[in-house]
Amino acid sequence: MKRNQSSIIITAAAVLVVLGSCKKTLDLSPTNDITAPAVYSTPAGYTEAMAKVYGAFALTGNTGGTGQPDISTQIISDEGNSDFLRMWFNLQELTTDEAAWTWENDAGIQGLHEMSWSSINPIIDGLYYRSFFQITLCNDFVRQSTDALLASRGITGASADTIRHYRAEARFLRAFQYWVLMDLYANPPFVDENSPIATAIPKQIQRADLYNYIVSELKAIDGDLAPARQNLYGRADQGAEWALLARVYLNAQVYTGTADYTDAITYCNKVIAAGYSLIPSYPDLVLADDNLNTDEFIFTINYDGTYTQTYGGTTYLVHGPAGIPGSVSGSNGTWGGLRCTQDFVSLFPDNSGATDQRAQFYTNGQTLDMKDLYTGTDGFSTFKYRNVTRTGGPAPDADAAGNFSDIDFPLFRLGEIYLIYAESVLRGGSGGDAGTALNYINLLRTRAWGGNTAGNITAADLTTNFILDERGRELYYEAFRRTDLVRYGEFTTSAYLWAWKGGVLGGSAVADKYNLFPLPSTDLSANPNLIQNPGY
Amino acid sequence: MPVILLLLLFLHGSLAAQKRAITGRVTDSKDGSPLQGVTVQAKGAVSGGVITGVDGRFKIAVDQPVKVLVFSSVGYGIQEVPVGDGPIQVVLTGSAAGLNEIVVIGYGTAKKTDLTGAIATVSEKDFQKGTITTPEQMIAGKIPGVSIISNSGQPGAGSTIRIRGGASLNASNDPLIVLDGVPLSNDAIPGSGSPLSFINADDVESFTVLKDASAAAIYGTRASNGVIIITTKKGHAGSLKVNLNSVNSVGSITGKVSVLSAAQFRSVVNANGTAAQIAQMGAASTDWQDQIYQAAIGTNNTISLSGGIKALPYRLSFGYQDQNGVLKTDNLRKTTLSFTLNPSFFDNHLKVDLNLRGSTETARFGNQSAIGGAVSFDPTQPVYTKSPRFGGYYEWLDPTSATGLQNLAGRNPLGLLNETYNRGTPERSIGNLQLDYKFHFLPDLHAKVNAGYDINKGAGYTFVPDSAASSYIAGGTGGENNPYKQTTTNTLFEAYLNYTRDLKQIKSHLDVVGGYSYNDYLSKVYNYASFYANDSMVVNSQPAFPFDKPEHRLLSYFGRLNYTFEDRYLLTATVRRDGSSRFAPGHQWGWFPSVALAWKINEERFLRDVPSISDLKLRLGFGITGQQDGIPNYGYLADYSLSNSSASYEFGSNYYQGYRPAGYNPALTWEQTATSNIGLDYGFLDNRITGSIDLYEKKTSHLLNTIPQPAGSNFSAFFIANVGNMTNKGVEFNINAQPIRSRNLTWDVGFNITYNENKITNLTVIPGDTSYIGFPSGNIAGGIGGQFAFMNSVGRPKNTFFLYQQVYDKSGKPIEGVFVDQNKDGIINQSDQVWSKSADPKVFLGFSTNVTFKKWSAGFVLRGSFGNYDYNNIWSQTGNLTQILGNSVLYNASTNYLTTGFKGGNGQQLLSDYYISNASFLRMDNINVGYNAGKIMRGQAVLRLNLSVQNVFVITKYQGLDPEIAAAAPPPTPGGSVSLGNPGIDNNLYPRPRTIALGINIGF
Repeated sequence: MKRNQSSIIITAAAVLVVLGSCKKTLDLSPTNDITAPAVYSTPAGYTEAMAKVYGAFALTGNTGGTGQPDISTQIISDEGNSDFLRMWFNLQELTTDEAAWTWENDAGIQGLHEMSWSSINPIIDGLYYRSFFQITLCNDFVRQSTDALLASRGITGASADTIRHYRAEARFLRAFQYWVLMDLYANPPFVDENSPIATAIPKQIQRADLYNYIVSELKAIDGDLAPARQNLYGRADQGAEWALLARVYLNAQVYTGTADYTDAITYCNKVIAAGYSLIPSYPDLVLADDNLNTDEFIFTINYDGTYTQTYGGTTYLVHGPAGIPGSVSGSNGTWGGLRCTQDFVSLFPDNSGATDQRAQFYTNGQTLDMKDLYTGTDGFSTFKYRNVTRTGGPAPDADAAGNFSDIDFPLFRLGEIYLIYAESVLRGGSGGDAGTALNYINLLRTRAWGGNTAGNITAADLTTNFILDERGRELYYEAFRRTDLVRYGEFTTSAYLWAWKGGVLGGSAVADKYNLFPLPSTDLSANPNLIQNPGY
Repeated sequence: MPVILLLLLFLHGSLAAQKRAITGRVTDSKDGSPLQGVTVQAKGAVSGGVITGVDGRFKIAVDQPVKVLVFSSVGYGIQEVPVGDGPIQVVLTGSAAGLNEIVVIGYGTAKKTDLTGAIATVSEKDFQKGTITTPEQMIAGKIPGVSIISNSGQPGAGSTIRIRGGASLNASNDPLIVLDGVPLSNDAIPGSGSPLSFINADDVESFTVLKDASAAAIYGTRASNGVIIITTKKGHAGSLKVNLNSVNSVGSITGKVSVLSAAQFRSVVNANGTAAQIAQMGAASTDWQDQIYQAAIGTNNTISLSGGIKALPYRLSFGYQDQNGVLKTDNLRKTTLSFTLNPSFFDNHLKVDLNLRGSTETARFGNQSAIGGAVSFDPTQPVYTKSPRFGGYYEWLDPTSATGLQNLAGRNPLGLLNETYNRGTPERSIGNLQLDYKFHFLPDLHAKVNAGYDINKGAGYTFVPDSAASSYIAGGTGGENNPYKQTTTNTLFEAYLNYTRDLKQIKSHLDVVGGYSYNDYLSKVYNYASFYANDSMVVNSQPAFPFDKPEHRLLSYFGRLNYTFEDRYLLTATVRRDGSSRFAPGHQWGWFPSVALAWKINEERFLRDVPSISDLKLRLGFGITGQQDGIPNYGYLADYSLSNSSASYEFGSNYYQGYRPAGYNPALTWEQTATSNIGLDYGFLDNRITGSIDLYEKKTSHLLNTIPQPAGSNFSAFFIANVGNMTNKGVEFNINAQPIRSRNLTWDVGFNITYNENKITNLTVIPGDTSYIGFPSGNIAGGIGGQFAFMNSVGRPKNTFFLYQQVYDKSGKPIEGVFVDQNKDGIINQSDQVWSKSADPKVFLGFSTNVTFKKWSAGFVLRGSFGNYDYNNIWSQTGNLTQILGNSVLYNASTNYLTTGFKGGNGQQLLSDYYISNASFLRMDNINVGYNAGKIMRGQAVLRLNLSVQNVFVITKYQGLDPEIAAAAPPPTPGGSVSLGNPGIDNNLYPRPRTIALGINIGF
């Protein structure tokens, strides 16, 4: 008995000591997620990282549709509204004569068309944070793809060359996003691959300095990008870089106070010399199989009903327009939201599409006049974006439920380059001529008239005001309008009034401050280096 | 493995010793009735007692030298009785507050009179009665400072428990729950409404709530929101006792959301609609809410067996509950099995406590989108059509669409219910083995080991037939058939030493505890592709990974010193060192100290002889607790996650999944709360009046707060960082009195009231940064993209409404879209929103009373909440003409439209303060009548009957369905994700039923 007890004591004490000392580690790691060195250890890993850098344009998160959002729900609680294109479109188009959205209760909508927004607006904040999300992804890729790191990871030869192209493309995408920020917010914070993550507060950059950065960055990557029209579909090449430079130079007066139309023409010429051409039919422009339009498209955001699913992007542009039945739009129906003002429709002498085929208006059940800003049947809508093929068939990768779009969105296409060229010539840039300009414009108009020259114009017709209207007709719903109206001084002033501008039916001028969007108040509180845009 | 070793050791043990038998009877001093269930033990024994039978009689075998027996019973305290030769008669006096009760505290027990912290206990006799699907509902309204609000009326739905207001903003505000020594994870179990629903309420003996830091700090980083210790019933040596408990109930809704009747609806459409819209109306008059609700039948039965085989006390209980919801198709079936063994070995030197419980649930979750659907579906349409399509339910049709259905139209609410099969079949087992070894050579020293596990499997599926309108696809390939599954294995190991010693020379008593704790929380979450009803896979829906295994771990060392001088000056000091895997190395470990002093004033000479004062104790406590729950497991780590195939990107003609870096915060650490507490416990007139008053202040710093990051500085714009401060200050008061105490009649009254004031004191990295308005929360339905009702700002309580100030006309009617232009700039925009009331109550109270007259008893529980405001989202979303006519199909509206006549379509109107109103309320939680039939079947059994009504009535000025909106609404969705709602935003709450329950209890 005694022996028994002491053995128990000893055993129990030993057990306690053993268990007490089994101090397991607190350093756990996730099961499926991996760290940066693991991602960037193989060429395939670089490609997957690059897929996210590009995918940040098209997608809202890591799951098709909704589920794992990129942008915090505190910024935008509805993930479907948090992609780049939908927010950019809303800021560039809903603020203009081209578009209004029916559902005023949708966050951030109220005040956009009326031009009375503030620094607490989920769409204004959302695009800002989306742009920075892509910029930080680009920075990360650039940081991880130096020649030294590639060499240290044993990546050489063709794989290394591909990654060098990726690297230049990441820098291009970053420059593009900085252009968006410069155009809409003027003076954003600035970070590049040298900025540390999580340990430093970014400094603010002034608009003119950002302009210089964008221009020099684009020129710096020229040699590292694939030659124009030589890269894989969906990836940026020199053509995209030149097209962005042309666009930036066109607006130089707005960004820096000094115009630079000559450089705009220079880069238009480079694009045009690369051999792009207009596709024959304007109504084929943005359809489910528009990946065939590589003659005209310079750079696209790619969507897919099966593999790249989003409720923003072209899905929004297919479902958004009011009144259009699913049988027309190639989807499961309309969300009843987007309509055009009568002022925009009147840019077309004939809104039936019988002459100028670009007038793709849906009029059944819709009234021309937008008597009420928030009534879904007030104002024509447009079926420019249709999720069907050229032959009218279903989208090749359509999802069964009819939710998602297959249409790729052209961020740059030849049509715009022609218009930049003509406008720059008219505004006094050198390196081009009026005859070529007229020819380019008539190429667009001949296509618009279905190959017929009846719509062609004469040299006398070609004025800067004509260009603005023509840009409206050619590029509407492609997220250009606000930038154009700002450049023409018509965005906030009484020079051009459209329905519900300034919140009144007949339109009214608003304060100049609305030429810029405010920096989000959330970032002002998080970043003490920032100074708000004037007036906000 | 070591557990098995120790188990093997018992087998060598000796159970034999020299014994003698003592018999006797225990009665109640109140009325002389026999007391059943009183524990009888030899003095000094740690275990091995017996309990009295239905007739109050007992028989115990004790060692020869034993001279004193100890009698104890919940609610009656402890009494020591010397034993002679013959049978003994013992009379126990019930104490209203049970001051002699033994209270379970963290890592030990204490006499209630010796407590130094703010600790409250509720035991079985004070539980709320009726239909209980989750055990915490039994103590709602019973403890000052503790607010328990059921999340919805769904059977098995959990509750939002807040102790002293909750310490956190973005991390968890849920208290730590410890079940028989096993700290439970608050994580949802997929397919189950609540993690606590697995515990059979009939197995619970008591709840102990550790409210202040001096009591809770022994639980370190998990204790900021308080600790609830649940103790279950145990076996006692003696003959077999059988108890049968059966509660059968029927519940029904107490009201409906007020919407237009078919006739009212018709006249509105006829007066305002287009010809096409008038033609859209049907000929029926359907009350859709009547269609979706039902009388909810429920039955809950438990049989328990307890007793002792020689010195092996055991308790075994088996429970079966089948509870329908008031929402049609909603049903919860639950089977629970609980087994405890509490033997002692080696002359009580080794005490063993084995708890094993298992339960399975089979739930069908009613499709709760039917609740909102029934509010807004066109009342002129019939429920059914003759067409077999869409299950025979009426639906809005559109011949031009591919599916034949109107896109974006609401679906038939009854169809949504009957054609959605959302089943959860979760299983859970929790168990632990506790060893308490008293050293042979040093009996003052105990070594304790506690090894536990919590294994559960959450699983289920959602099936929607392909005919259902909700997910119809042309060609008959719609519907869905989606499984979900998650397994969890949580393990616990604790070892500690306890040394107690009376130091008579210096009139002191010492009680020291020191130990180690290891907790591991490991889950395996399975990911599945999506499937149509016909089991074909939705193209490209395969997940990126087949499963994920989230895990986190806590390591702790803790110590406590209790020192008593002259039995009236008490000191408690605790310290805990906690390490959490949720933080980066270097930030993982923290110290959590506390100290408390108590002074039993009534033991002082100047009061000892004042007979009317039976208890008076002053308590002072201070401590620091931490919080690391409710945040991501790996938030400090820079990691990349691969996108699903459906979120790929196309290069050329190939699609690539993308690696996304997550935002991360390498400096992340726990938040901490410093709590000061001053309390006074009192008892007068032989403890017929008892109670306490506590003043507390909780200061939370390093708030785990989801704050905006400077754009560009990280991969995410918002993530959790330790920024911000918040305070909760309050007063708690409770009083329990027994105004009448006589042989035939007793009357008990209990009242508690809490005042809590919450204030955010900082939210920004740079304290006092006025440019930061705060962070919005409180999603309002009715707009896409999120509009928020609250703005959480410095200087104000959390959940403060931030809305436009409505302008009214002379008759007091709100003018649509007209608000006060606060900054007088001529534009109404966000800068004109103003802070107003908070959704959180300032005061809440509970009032319980019970009268016993001979064999009858009756009582009720009232619960109230004051100063809380609700936003009526049903009014704001549906109370306008646009709701009825502004869509492709007709929708019904709230009758609030008849009051306001709002046209609708004004986005700002949704943010009007017109929709908030005072939601203070007084709720009769429970009325019950009991009859103790006493002995039946010739004294073989005791029968008790109980009739109760739950949720009897609510007195409130609030005009919505129910003023009480918990923080977590709607209830958990199958699949495990709890979609956190907001307190105070009233939108399609699952109605809480009024339930009438008849309980029968038979004891043998």
